[in-house]
Amino acid sequence: MIRRSNTYRFDWTLIVCYLVLVLFGWINVFSVLHGENSNIFDLSQKYGMHFIWICISLVTAFVIIRFLPANLWQGTAWIAYGLVILLLLATLVLGVGSHGSQSWISIGSFRLQPAEFSKITTSLALAAVMGKYGFSIKSLPNIAKVAALLLLPMALILLENETGSVLVYLGFLVVLYREGMSGWVIAIGFFLALAFILTIVTSPFMAMSAAIVLFLLIYFFKQDAHLKGILVAILAALVLYGFHRVLMIDSVAAVNPLPAESWLAIVIIAICLVFIVRLVIWFPRKRFQSQAFTALLCIILFIVSVDFFYEKVLQDHQRNRIDVFLGLVDDPKGVGYNLHQSMVAIGSGGFAGKGFMNGTQTSLGYVPEQETDFIFCTIGEEWGWLGALAVLALYLTIISRIIILADRAKNAFTRIFGYCVAMCIAVHVVINIGMTIGLMPVIGIPLPFMSYGGSALLSFTIMLSIFIKLIYTEHKI
Amino acid sequence: MKIYLGKRNTILLVIFIVFLVIAIRLFSIQIIDKKYSETADNNALKYVTVYPARGRILDRYGNTIVENRITYDIMVTPRQVAPFDTLAICEIFGLEPGFVREKFEQYSANARKIGYGSMPFIKQVSSEQYNSFAEREYLFPGFDAVARTARVYPINAGGNLIGYVSEVDRDYIERNPSYQSGDYAGKTGLERAYEHRLSGQKGYTVYYRDARGRIKGRYDNGSLDKEAVAGSDITTTIDATLQAYGETLMKGKVGSVVAIEPSTGEILTLISSPGIDVSQLAEIGKYYKEISENPYNPMFNRTVQSAQPPGSVFKLVNGLIGLQEGVLTRDTRYSCYRGYTFGKIHVGCHNHPSPINLPQSIAMSCNAYYCYVLRSILENRKYANVEEAFNKWREYVTSFGFGQKLGSDVPYELGGNVPTVNTYNKLHGKGRWKALSVISLSIGQGELGCTPLHLANFCATIANRGWYYTPHMIKGSEEYPLDSTYTVRNYPMVDQKYFPLIVEGMNMSVYGDGGTSHVAQVPGVNMCGKTGTAQNPHGDDHSVFICFAPKDNPKIAVAAYIENGGFGATWAAPIASLIVEKYLNGEIAPGTRKDLETRVKSGNLLGKVPVKRKKR
Repeated sequence: MIRRSNTYRFDWTLIVCYLVLVLFGWINVFSVLHGENSNIFDLSQKYGMHFIWICISLVTAFVIIRFLPANLWQGTAWIAYGLVILLLLATLVLGVGSHGSQSWISIGSFRLQPAEFSKITTSLALAAVMGKYGFSIKSLPNIAKVAALLLLPMALILLENETGSVLVYLGFLVVLYREGMSGWVIAIGFFLALAFILTIVTSPFMAMSAAIVLFLLIYFFKQDAHLKGILVAILAALVLYGFHRVLMIDSVAAVNPLPAESWLAIVIIAICLVFIVRLVIWFPRKRFQSQAFTALLCIILFIVSVDFFYEKVLQDHQRNRIDVFLGLVDDPKGVGYNLHQSMVAIGSGGFAGKGFMNGTQTSLGYVPEQETDFIFCTIGEEWGWLGALAVLALYLTIISRIIILADRAKNAFTRIFGYCVAMCIAVHVVINIGMTIGLMPVIGIPLPFMSYGGSALLSFTIMLSIFIKLIYTEHKI
Repeated sequence: MKIYLGKRNTILLVIFIVFLVIAIRLFSIQIIDKKYSETADNNALKYVTVYPARGRILDRYGNTIVENRITYDIMVTPRQVAPFDTLAICEIFGLEPGFVREKFEQYSANARKIGYGSMPFIKQVSSEQYNSFAEREYLFPGFDAVARTARVYPINAGGNLIGYVSEVDRDYIERNPSYQSGDYAGKTGLERAYEHRLSGQKGYTVYYRDARGRIKGRYDNGSLDKEAVAGSDITTTIDATLQAYGETLMKGKVGSVVAIEPSTGEILTLISSPGIDVSQLAEIGKYYKEISENPYNPMFNRTVQSAQPPGSVFKLVNGLIGLQEGVLTRDTRYSCYRGYTFGKIHVGCHNHPSPINLPQSIAMSCNAYYCYVLRSILENRKYANVEEAFNKWREYVTSFGFGQKLGSDVPYELGGNVPTVNTYNKLHGKGRWKALSVISLSIGQGELGCTPLHLANFCATIANRGWYYTPHMIKGSEEYPLDSTYTVRNYPMVDQKYFPLIVEGMNMSVYGDGGTSHVAQVPGVNMCGKTGTAQNPHGDDHSVFICFAPKDNPKIAVAAYIENGGFGATWAAPIASLIVEKYLNGEIAPGTRKDLETRVKSGNLLGKVPVKRKKR
């Protein structure tokens, strides 16, 4: 029993949201898999097993919150981190496969996915390192330490072929940003991703033109020459467009020994080089300008290499995967099958859904991986837009609640760990739901608290309960 | 502190925006875009095809040649199959357990392609098997029976004429997009020619499935259902009795018999021997290998596909051309000293009186006479050279329908061959050949190829004294009037006034002194006929005969082509005349005629037919 005087100090918002999501997840798993006269507690079925996992998770959470001391985590962070790294290594050697990845480790009849637990230990270790007094992300040894800490589990997970779980680690960049890393790191990453997509969806030339126009805008805006910036950008866009059109004219194309795109790339790179040389030789003091032009040249080289990589290096099936994700090819039977069926299931849910256990798409088995990675389809189909929105709202509540509580914490360890938990949950939710509705590529990662699967449920529960315990202690002090 | 606050809020704002984007996306696919719910409905609705009964095929008197019986295809929906008693299934349908295993291995190999669809498990099970399956159907979830119709042939005749029906293959579906895998279509014969009338229209019943895949009943009270429309019956011009009789005569022979009603162009019988036995037609798939490995090639419809030299019956064509060209009259006489000799060329002839006139030349089938006739046609001063004369000659020949597809409704009809100037230019060099080089054409040998249908049609043209309707097997009806191809008379380039001379010759051939067709005399019928013996470098000569009767107001014209049958009078003439007798008299007269029939029926010429090893 929890003493009454203490109850208000637990963050009941988090606990209630968590419980609702877990129970809702469970009945949806049941809805997907039930047969006639099924009993939700039938232990021979997955939904029965899921019930066991929920019990284990709840007991674990209770133990963490009620009995384990809060300072245990900071002290043992490195030990836990080391243990999980060892587990990951063991998985590589002993692991069993599922869907082309090798990420499970069996202990008797018990199967664990160490990659799931690595998120907890990495968060703990990150909080331990960065929570030290006087830690600054700007110093080079610290950057190296943090990078090594994150890259080691990422590399091991990548070797296990769990690409999805690796993407989750990108969420930690936001934590680093919160702890003082420049926002430009993320922005540049974002622009590179944008350049990548533009290159493949349109053409390298379009991507380059966009980069140049954007660059001119930023360049002049930074110098407060707004009007000039806009005019120059428009002019550049027109010139590039005209150039492109001229190269496309049949008679020009006929005498052109190289493809039009190559000419454009050569000309653009040449112009950038001239500018950089000019700036370096004549205006060596204008550091900003030479840096800016170097950045532009880098982006353009990036675009050229992406194009080369995509056209020449990638194999057909890999290219196909990217194409389907970017919507370049319509392929409801092949790679896009999962995506197509999942969107049909969700889309057919309408405003209020078809009702519990009445979803035809999900129950008839059109959607693969229904109870694990595609559990959101059942929610969308049977509970409609309202149900989906309610689930989104619960997640948003949990995530923002954690961020607000963490940000408020006096203890740096608590703050950093809290951000890690929030970002882990956020990245999982966004990628998972995003993939079921075609906003993200199909990456196999679970929906926190809801997907069938013991390892994921347990690890998210542990993360959340550690955080609740840390915040509880924070308040108690 | 200020910066930290700013960072927290930036992060919260970005997360909020991303969630908003997700919510908007959900709104657009769940509420705005209707295409997903339509797709979902199609996923949940089950369309069960209702197959129409195929139309019957009737003969000219309304007797049924082909009808239907109900049969069942056992279908399986692999996704709905629960573990079942394999042995019980095997017992019901008499299968090997290995067959079931193999089938299910195929299904799981194509699981994604099949999806929730059904696949045929066993086709055309008997009604006893169906009944015992229906009793225990609940034991085999995922299996169900679909009623189909299978063909039944009440009259044992006309395998090649009727043709067979079989499941459409991928090629066929590509060419006929309205067909789907699992449908049946006519592949040869009448079934193919009139597929569009016989097939009817498929319908479907729409069922609604619940979330467990159980069928909940008719969707929306059947408002989306489509009724199957049964195929129409077709009435053909075939005389089923005559067809069956003809086939008994042709047993043991390789060749064809075609009979046409001259006044209408209606095909009365169309016999290709050896043919496909009707008992094998319904389940052609089962016998296909056996049939296609038969050295006498029963699949081959000789009546329209076997183009061979017509032999002496072609003398009639040359005679008609000579008359029209003015180089021949009734009383033109030529001498024959057991053949025709000019320089190195010698065309032999048999012993007969000489000299003779035109009707006599037909009756006695004099070779020399027609060598003179063809020379006089090709060396006619009217034309600048032999090439020009030859072109004219060819024009006449093709105006009878030779050398081209007649346009009948018998599928896979061939055009045959009439040589052109080029044929000989290639053979001898341009300008280096003359009438004598092509002299074998005078007696229907050489580079000529005519199908039995061509010959029967030619015979009908003579019977009509100068015109023909394109031969056909379909009767017109109110719903489907005859195509204009079959209702317009075709006139060859020879005046009708010349035909009676030929008819006189053909009549003399049957009744006159020295006539070659005496064997074709039928009591009570005034018969006209012409024998032919097509030389065959690969074995015994082919026996050819054309005839029509009665002489005035003819009712039937027959062409018989018996491969390796020797003289025309040996096999072809007896067979053709028996067909005429059966058709006009209804029975064969006792005495010599009956004896002839017995001889024909018991005759077996298969031993004389050279069997070509089939190329693999």
